[in-house]
Amino acid sequence: MNYPVDLKYSKSHEWVKMEGDVAVVGISDFAQDSLGDVVFINLPQEGDSVSAGEAFGDVESVKAVSDLVSPLTGTVCAVNEELLDAPENLNSDPYGAWIIKIEGITGQEELLDAAAYESFCAEEG
Amino acid sequence: MKLIFEKSVPGRSCSLLPPCDVEPVGLPEELTRSAAPSLPEMSETDISRHYTELCQNVHGVNCGFYPLGSCTMKYNPRIDEEMASLPGFANVHPLAPAHAVTGCREVLDTARKYLCEVTGMADVTFQPAAGAHGEFTGVMLIKQYHDSRGDKKRTKIIVPDSAHGTNPATAAMCGFEVINISSAPDGCVDLEALKAALGDDTAGLMLTNPNTVGIFDENILEITRLVHEAGGLCYYDGANLNAVMGVVRPGDMGFDCIHMNLHKTFATPHGGGGPGAGAVGCKEFLREFLPKSALMDGGDHIQVRGFAGNFLVVVRALTYIMTLGREGIPEAAQNAVLNANYLMRKIQGTFEPAFDRICMHEFVLDLSEFKKETGVSALDVAKSLIDYGMHPPTMYFPLIVHEALMLEPTETESRETLDWAAEVYRKLYALAHEDPEFMHNAPHSAQIGRPDEVRAARNPILRWQAV
Amino acid sequence: MGSYVPSTQAERQEMLEAIGLKDYRDLYRDVPQSMLLDRPLDVPSGMSELEVSRAVSAMAAKNHVFSTVLRGAGSYDHYIPSIVKYIPAKEEFLTAYTPYQAEMSQGVLQSIFEYQTMICELTGMDVSNASVYDGATAAAEAAAMCRDRKRRVTLVSAAAHPDAIRVMHTYCYGTGDELRVVPMKDGKTDLSALKEMLTPDVASFYVQQPNFFGQLEDAEALGQAVHEAGAMYVMGCNPIALAIMKTPRDCGADVAVGEGQPLGLPMGFGGPYLGYMATTTKHMRKLPGRIVGETVDSKGDRAYVLSLQAREQHIRREKASSNICSNEALCALTASVYMAAMGPRGMAEAARQCMAKAHYLAKGLCEIPGVTLRYTGAYFHEFVTELPRTEEVLQALEEADILGGLPVDGGVLWCATEKASKEALDQTIAIVKEVLGK
Repeated sequence: MNYPVDLKYSKSHEWVKMEGDVAVVGISDFAQDSLGDVVFINLPQEGDSVSAGEAFGDVESVKAVSDLVSPLTGTVCAVNEELLDAPENLNSDPYGAWIIKIEGITGQEELLDAAAYESFCAEEG
Repeated sequence: MKLIFEKSVPGRSCSLLPPCDVEPVGLPEELTRSAAPSLPEMSETDISRHYTELCQNVHGVNCGFYPLGSCTMKYNPRIDEEMASLPGFANVHPLAPAHAVTGCREVLDTARKYLCEVTGMADVTFQPAAGAHGEFTGVMLIKQYHDSRGDKKRTKIIVPDSAHGTNPATAAMCGFEVINISSAPDGCVDLEALKAALGDDTAGLMLTNPNTVGIFDENILEITRLVHEAGGLCYYDGANLNAVMGVVRPGDMGFDCIHMNLHKTFATPHGGGGPGAGAVGCKEFLREFLPKSALMDGGDHIQVRGFAGNFLVVVRALTYIMTLGREGIPEAAQNAVLNANYLMRKIQGTFEPAFDRICMHEFVLDLSEFKKETGVSALDVAKSLIDYGMHPPTMYFPLIVHEALMLEPTETESRETLDWAAEVYRKLYALAHEDPEFMHNAPHSAQIGRPDEVRAARNPILRWQAV
Repeated sequence: MGSYVPSTQAERQEMLEAIGLKDYRDLYRDVPQSMLLDRPLDVPSGMSELEVSRAVSAMAAKNHVFSTVLRGAGSYDHYIPSIVKYIPAKEEFLTAYTPYQAEMSQGVLQSIFEYQTMICELTGMDVSNASVYDGATAAAEAAAMCRDRKRRVTLVSAAAHPDAIRVMHTYCYGTGDELRVVPMKDGKTDLSALKEMLTPDVASFYVQQPNFFGQLEDAEALGQAVHEAGAMYVMGCNPIALAIMKTPRDCGADVAVGEGQPLGLPMGFGGPYLGYMATTTKHMRKLPGRIVGETVDSKGDRAYVLSLQAREQHIRREKASSNICSNEALCALTASVYMAAMGPRGMAEAARQCMAKAHYLAKGLCEIPGVTLRYTGAYFHEFVTELPRTEEVLQALEEADILGGLPVDGGVLWCATEKASKEALDQTIAIVKEVLGK
């Protein structure tokens, strides 16, 4: 299980990376492993607003659906549409396959560093 | 197996209609189809053989043991089929004048009367076409009731986390917010959780009893009392009625409206996924809210399906109810419960029941410890059963038991079948310890191996296409 | 008493003892005793098969089966080939459950896949589901799938089947959405009224083709108006008509639904029937209900499975867009066998004959003084006439074993299918003429 140290993590298993004022968001290795093979992703649109702690989309595996929970409050400025054709990238490259980028950030959930997130996952599993 | 389209030969046909005996008339040019639909062109021989081939890869309850928990796969009597195919029922138009269809009215009225007695309700509608459809109708009764009293703040429906997925989906379809309450460790309603969830915003509770782990919730009178006290109504999901029909009545448990699955409890055939009938019953005060047909009945009621519902399915159910009658109805329920307990005890000692107590008509095996020991999952066990020609039980439901297998033998299975079934489960238990790998790759002797569901979902191919 | 419980009393006693119990009451010991029914059910005693057969057959005998049916209005008397009755009666198809275990149910899954393909062919659409309960609920489900966060209002033509409108209204009442009815003009949807009602909050517009009054709608023009307003276009088409009629796809429909009863299902006093639903690839994931997909198995051979299940209630629960859990599998199978038995030429022939016979009947009736066509537009196999002394006329027809048209809005809605012979039509016309001539 992979926990890159340059990222922050939410308790709902999303990762966040800041690129200047823009936050890049994806799901963690732990998340993709629990989900199993991802078959489809429901993405928001550019311009949609997102709120910290609320769902902004979801990921489908064959047998389950999981909400994608936004770690931050802001506006979606980019969406990774490649994932619509290749949802399996979330499994093979969870930290490279970003999902959305958020700008205009006005709030956030509790975010953990890699070590704290790793312990959190150990407790959950 | 080839698809029917792959057997089609251009120019082939059956000869079914005589030539037209009146002047032909054409459609206006702008509404005429540009190219004929690409439907199969086959002789009757080839059609017959195609479906015979398909048939050989279908397993029905009349063909073998089918212990799907929560589905009540009991034997589908042939006399029911014969009655439903009578021309006097099949060839009758729903909008024929009343005096020409008194027989249909009699079927519906008689079935209604008997089902009211069995369930303790005052009226029944047969309009819903399926269980989920019946749920929708039942919750709509609750909605209309509160709306008619101007009680606009009742926006929540309480659903236990052990409930079937249709329950919360139905509540959402009716515009309610779903409040999930966790179950007690024994799978029954957690009274404290229920009390905490109740309030003056409670529209109602959706519940099945026996519950989805096959246990009769002995607090049921208290549960319905609490909901009524809070001003809500109680809806009974009748999926498990087979355990208690003629023994206990949902009306006596305090429920205000219910749905029944005629295709489960009343032996009408499942047909590979339908048609069923989700008859809905209610107490006197809810009768005015029952659905009707705009065209057949006029008036201003809700309507959930065209015309009066799946009439020919009701014919089957009525035939069955009349066959069983006063003594046969409770007898069926009692033996459904006996068979389930018998099978559970015969398997116990290998796979373990989730709850070691008297079950109702179904029981759940909890394979989580077994999986930790052997690495073999509930799915692997289910797939391995196929190699023995036995249909797997319900898997991974209810969600409150992990690695669950839910078995419902029903009353129409003989002791030898139950003994054989127990023996197969015991064999698989042993096999899992000896050769788990073999079970991971099961089934080995079925028509196909495990299908790649991920591929199906990622690259949907939902129709045949000529190349 | 009738019973399907195989075990004898002796066996039951042995089984009770084998699990440490004495009698049946022990099985229900967890039930509060006050709740146990302490009296026999107030229903008649059970019966032997012979007795039941007599009793239920006696009910059937009270119904009158007309030899000629000239009434449609959502339920049609078409010729059902023998093989179409026979195949769905095969015990395996009849008594199987939903094909959740793919390895054991390839026959059912493949038959559904074939059905889906045939519906796509008939409608011109890309994807079909495995069917829903009937045409009316299909219309309601289509309206639900077209809604999104911003567009919630559904428009429906006043010329749609009254039951379909009422069902759509009920489903809208459930979710708190609005249904608005677009008025008719001269027996068809009023296009200018529709244009005015296509506000930015409208999600979809539903039109029936041919409509309830038998009239053929200007489907393409309606569709264009709907798309210009940014809404989705739903058409509910008669499947027999589709053999020769422009497809909903070619008319611009986003979703094609309809009542599949004409495809080999008996009238059956209203059910079971069959709702078909098909759409374009773009809207595939919004389609409710079961869908069968093609894949491969572990050996690389072609196989069929229930697919895209993540849309459904057992996974999404309260977030599912529909609670639908089943389909009308056996009815879909019946429809497939019908379409295979009739073939493309047979279906086109049935459609042409329906149309020819209806026009023949209309012509003959309208030669009678007092009988006129209410609407002058083109029609398929149903039409409305003014008809003086409707009751008397229908009574006289009944005496000749003919079920006449349906009284509707002061007129009569007639229907003729390929089953109506020229003799029967001539006889009908003669009887009407005779009654009105008195």
